[in-house]
Amino acid sequence: MSDLSRRPDDAAVGRALAHESAAQHVTGHALYTDDLVHRTPHVLHAHPVCSPHPHARVTRLDTSRALAVEGVVRVLTADDVPGTNDAGVKHDEPLFPEIVMFVGHAVCWVLGETLEAARLGAEAVEVDYEPLPAIVSLTEAIEAESFQGGQPVVARGDVEQGLAGAAHVFSGVTEMAGQEHFYLETHASLALVDEAGQVFVQSSTQHPTETQEIVAHVLGLDSHHVTVQCLRMGGGFGGKEMQPHGFAAVAALGAVLTGRPVRLRLSRTHDMTMTGKRHGFHAQWRAGFDDDGRLTALEATLTSDGGWSLDLSEPVLARALCHVDNAYWIPHVLLHGRVAHTHKTSQTAFRGFGGPQGMLVVEDVLGRCAPLLGIDPVELRRRNFYVEGQATPYGQVVRHPERVAAAWDQVMTTGEVERRRREIAAFNAAHEHTKRALAVTPVKFGISFNFTAFNQAGALVHVYKDGSVLINHGGTEMGQGLHTKMLQVAATSLGVPLGKVRLAPTRTDKVPNTSATAASSSADLNGGAVKNACEQILSRLRQVDAGRGLPWEDLVREAYFSRVQLWAAGFYRTEGIHWDSTVMRGHPFKYFAYGVAAAEVEVDGFTGAYRTRRVDIVHDVGDSLSPLVDLGQVEGGFVQGVGWLTLEDLRWDESSGPGRGRLTTQAASTYKLPSIGELPDELNVALLEHAHEDGVVYGSKAVGEPPVMLAFAVREALREAAAAFGPDGTSVDLASPATPEAVFWAAERARSAGSDHVVEGLPGAVPDRPDPTAPALHPRSEQADRGTAGG
Amino acid sequence: MRAPGTPARAEGRTVAEPQITVNGQPRPLAGVPAHTNALDFVRGLGLTGAKEGCAEGECGACAVLVARPDGDGSRWAPVNACLVPALALDGQEVVTAEGLGGPDDLHPVQTGLAEAGGSQCGYCTPGFVCSMAAEYYRPDRTPGPDGFDVHAIGGNLCRCTGYRPIRDAACALGSPSPADPLAGRQDRPAPPPAPTRVDGFARPADLAEALALLAEHPDATVLAGSTDWGVEANLRGRRAAYVVAVDRLPELRDLTTGADGVEIGAALTLSEVEAALGDDVPLLAQVWPQFASRLIRNGATIGGNVATASPIGDLAPALLALDARLVLASAAGDREVALAGFFTGYRETVLRPAELVRAVRVPTPLAAHTTFRKIAKRRFDDISSVAVAVALDVVDGTVARARIGLGGVAATPVRALATEAALEGRPWDLDTVEAASAVLAGEGTPIDDQRASAAYRSAMLGNALKAWWDQAWQGGGSA
Repeated sequence: MSDLSRRPDDAAVGRALAHESAAQHVTGHALYTDDLVHRTPHVLHAHPVCSPHPHARVTRLDTSRALAVEGVVRVLTADDVPGTNDAGVKHDEPLFPEIVMFVGHAVCWVLGETLEAARLGAEAVEVDYEPLPAIVSLTEAIEAESFQGGQPVVARGDVEQGLAGAAHVFSGVTEMAGQEHFYLETHASLALVDEAGQVFVQSSTQHPTETQEIVAHVLGLDSHHVTVQCLRMGGGFGGKEMQPHGFAAVAALGAVLTGRPVRLRLSRTHDMTMTGKRHGFHAQWRAGFDDDGRLTALEATLTSDGGWSLDLSEPVLARALCHVDNAYWIPHVLLHGRVAHTHKTSQTAFRGFGGPQGMLVVEDVLGRCAPLLGIDPVELRRRNFYVEGQATPYGQVVRHPERVAAAWDQVMTTGEVERRRREIAAFNAAHEHTKRALAVTPVKFGISFNFTAFNQAGALVHVYKDGSVLINHGGTEMGQGLHTKMLQVAATSLGVPLGKVRLAPTRTDKVPNTSATAASSSADLNGGAVKNACEQILSRLRQVDAGRGLPWEDLVREAYFSRVQLWAAGFYRTEGIHWDSTVMRGHPFKYFAYGVAAAEVEVDGFTGAYRTRRVDIVHDVGDSLSPLVDLGQVEGGFVQGVGWLTLEDLRWDESSGPGRGRLTTQAASTYKLPSIGELPDELNVALLEHAHEDGVVYGSKAVGEPPVMLAFAVREALREAAAAFGPDGTSVDLASPATPEAVFWAAERARSAGSDHVVEGLPGAVPDRPDPTAPALHPRSEQADRGTAGG
Repeated sequence: MRAPGTPARAEGRTVAEPQITVNGQPRPLAGVPAHTNALDFVRGLGLTGAKEGCAEGECGACAVLVARPDGDGSRWAPVNACLVPALALDGQEVVTAEGLGGPDDLHPVQTGLAEAGGSQCGYCTPGFVCSMAAEYYRPDRTPGPDGFDVHAIGGNLCRCTGYRPIRDAACALGSPSPADPLAGRQDRPAPPPAPTRVDGFARPADLAEALALLAEHPDATVLAGSTDWGVEANLRGRRAAYVVAVDRLPELRDLTTGADGVEIGAALTLSEVEAALGDDVPLLAQVWPQFASRLIRNGATIGGNVATASPIGDLAPALLALDARLVLASAAGDREVALAGFFTGYRETVLRPAELVRAVRVPTPLAAHTTFRKIAKRRFDDISSVAVAVALDVVDGTVARARIGLGGVAATPVRALATEAALEGRPWDLDTVEAASAVLAGEGTPIDDQRASAAYRSAMLGNALKAWWDQAWQGGGSA
């Protein structure tokens, strides 16, 4: 066991604690960025002028009428930018564009004494546009060969040989929609300039360092001129990894130009219209199976809908390709990836970061092919699991594959799956218009940023003379409980009661050069850094103590008077990982997180409406740092995944009418998240036992993203329930999201007894094979030519 | 039937400065514009627990408690503060999450939610706390898992937890202690409506004054629960030239049962109508749980819901199936129109300038058999793709009378007249159901939009009667 993962007896880690801010949350005392506005005098409010066109050249911008509106103080335009007019990390996101690239793209921003004044000012700004042709849908982009960025390939073996030798070959197309983050707190920034010209931006950002860098870049300042603080976020889910930067830069620009604090908070409609979402994907695939249903080969071409700029689309695509295998051994693999360029919001990180989309492809393949193979999907999935010694298509040996099997067997037992499936068969035989189904699906998710350099973190730990402890670290709190875990790590490392430790908000002037709070790895990374800082202090204190066993307060006091340093900067970097994105090979992940879910649904054949009757989950979080927090991540991630796969339905106007390119589900009234009514009637979650993870802080594992993909069980159960309206052996193509309407049409097709859209035999529908001369991913596709991006 | 509370007229405050009592402290409304909503108002006081999540009453992050009339006493009713103009709460008592308890002095609801892991990012949490507290204080609630109506928090969205810990915390709540001041507050009447009269906003004392104001201000916006207008104001920037608040007019708040029907005052909230009617009108009892959320039903009024003439509202199809009539009041007196003749086009009605919906009349005897079928993406608190309300009388096995109201399939709520004709006089059997279903599938002019395809809408029309037959009638059952 490594020093990092060894856990002392009676540790603060491992205790089930409520969120460290829970008492503030429930009383309304917890502050979020926009709450600070009411504690800041003389604030100006910013409102955007948004493009009504998906693609157009701005031919005239006249702000004079806006400036005449009472209360309007200034209009920010490209001419005001002292530095670089760009808010991205790849120079493809002009902050004040000459060519607008999507409906909602902000042309300029109006500052007013009140939000009402700014809004009225924005209405008064005159903009002339010369509309340009726009590509809206992913299929349009594929047809027009409108792509951006690199086109990575993951290959192993000889897929032609693998397919030729297969007993069964199937081919098809799988499409899946994106997802709106719908963090309850929309994007918000509040910028001030102090007497020395230091720019201070409070921002709802998952990546304060990158927000700092982009603010500095736009203002033409060095990074040390800009401080970014994030108190906490009202949810992030990846949506605040890259998207906050431009908004922070606008607020900062306004503050610099006016000398007054500037607040920029997006309305929900602006947030949904202007900011990126989970990528929708299109996948063409051919899959070979042997007589026993074992996968022999898989070829797939995945095209993601990147939107108008590259943003994080390349690393999202890389992670998607690295997760097409999910938990399954596939000897011969050929995966192509490409990012479509469309005139929509720039799609971005979202919990899972391409992993869910990649895994959905193979789960869709298995779900559709199982009936054609005549093999029970539960058995088909189980039969294809990785076993010890096998490697992923990108060359990383899969460690602990037995854990997914253990979780599977536990779910089968505790979920009483066999008994319930017999009952379901009897129920279905007795009910013509209502069908039930129970599906079981696995998750294997790689932990670490694909891009090796991001796997580092810093922390600052102060011990004050009275023995109290204050910690800072580079991660941000968005509800995932990172701060709770860091408090537990610090208390455990120092051997002090939890009450001795406080945590201060995340700031770039406390811990510099941080990575995004992303990739589920923030507890691993920042926990390592906090522990490292604590251990530096402890080693000094041990010398002072010299075996006397002094009480903590006495020891600290004595150390101070002995002129011993009582604070430390901690650092951590993940060891043993490497990745070459140009050839898509390496050992990018420190470890894999595993989980299994079994879900039972009931579908009404008249409407396609459904409910989830019961869900059983066993999930691997290693030795949990904080079981209540981890349970919350598993449940919350699962429900969010169910939302993506069933309910949340992003619709863009793809018509040729005047609304073309408009997001038609741009509000909570038209874009529906799961509500309490979607909670399964029964939800049982267990954390996998005997799951110590060596080499990770106190034996724990990351938990933020993997549970999202447990939701595949619900989608597969819906597929099987829809199929149950048809004869045995019906293969059902289920749209994603599987809304009641989608389930209804799937059931209708099952009733008409045709197998859907799966082609059997060779050559089948051969996936596009992008131009072999297409560029690979940039060696640092996650990396800006300045600054960094999460991934 | 229990009549909802009708408070005494406001008296003696005609010149008082408008104010709201927030967490026990009077807070002046001086200078607050008519478009400022209650959420922005309380946040401006530094009470930033209530949050804006959507600004259209869909997420509940802005929920606050308002003392509302309830018989001789009052009830803490949670509402979406983002939708209500602050001035509409003049004279009222509001409690926010901060007013329930502080970090060192947690309210039992707050303790339960915190300890259960019911907060992650915490942004939605103060709103959940308010919705949960209202249910906690519901006088007829029994403690324990079955006593807590989970639908009470159906209008609050959480993106982090997946709801299980919130549900568990809610279901574990005990009863308020006898010393709980907020429980005790419910024993006393709610504050009377204040006769607010400031620039651009007026709350008349009675119907006559309201009608006079409307005559005086032809461009006035008539405001009741503001659940529709608030969305227009917040999302589309609409501003009223003049607001006349009618939600507390005494003439619009009676519910009476007579020999020929039930008359429901237009300004009764849907929650009040729901409580007062109980199961007396079974079709409406089916509608309530599927109609928006408790937060919305605490604000929205029955008259407002009808008068906004939304083609996708859920109440109009049911009222059409009930053959409801509207009493319209103007300075010239009352007139009565059939709801079926009320809607003239997309969000247009026969209402004349300076005329109000005073009451909704549901004639009796009610049809013996009714069903309400709502098709939406989400099971609860979603807007209908299609709504079908059916009321049938079956005499000796023959359909004597059929009324079918439809929502979501035309520019207005409509009656399915051809289907009604295909049912009346026919034997009520599977053959008739199938024949009528084919007719019903062709009713209206459904469109493709973000909620559903036209084909799905038509298919849902075509399946509505079949599903009802299958679920309630087949095998000799009776709905």
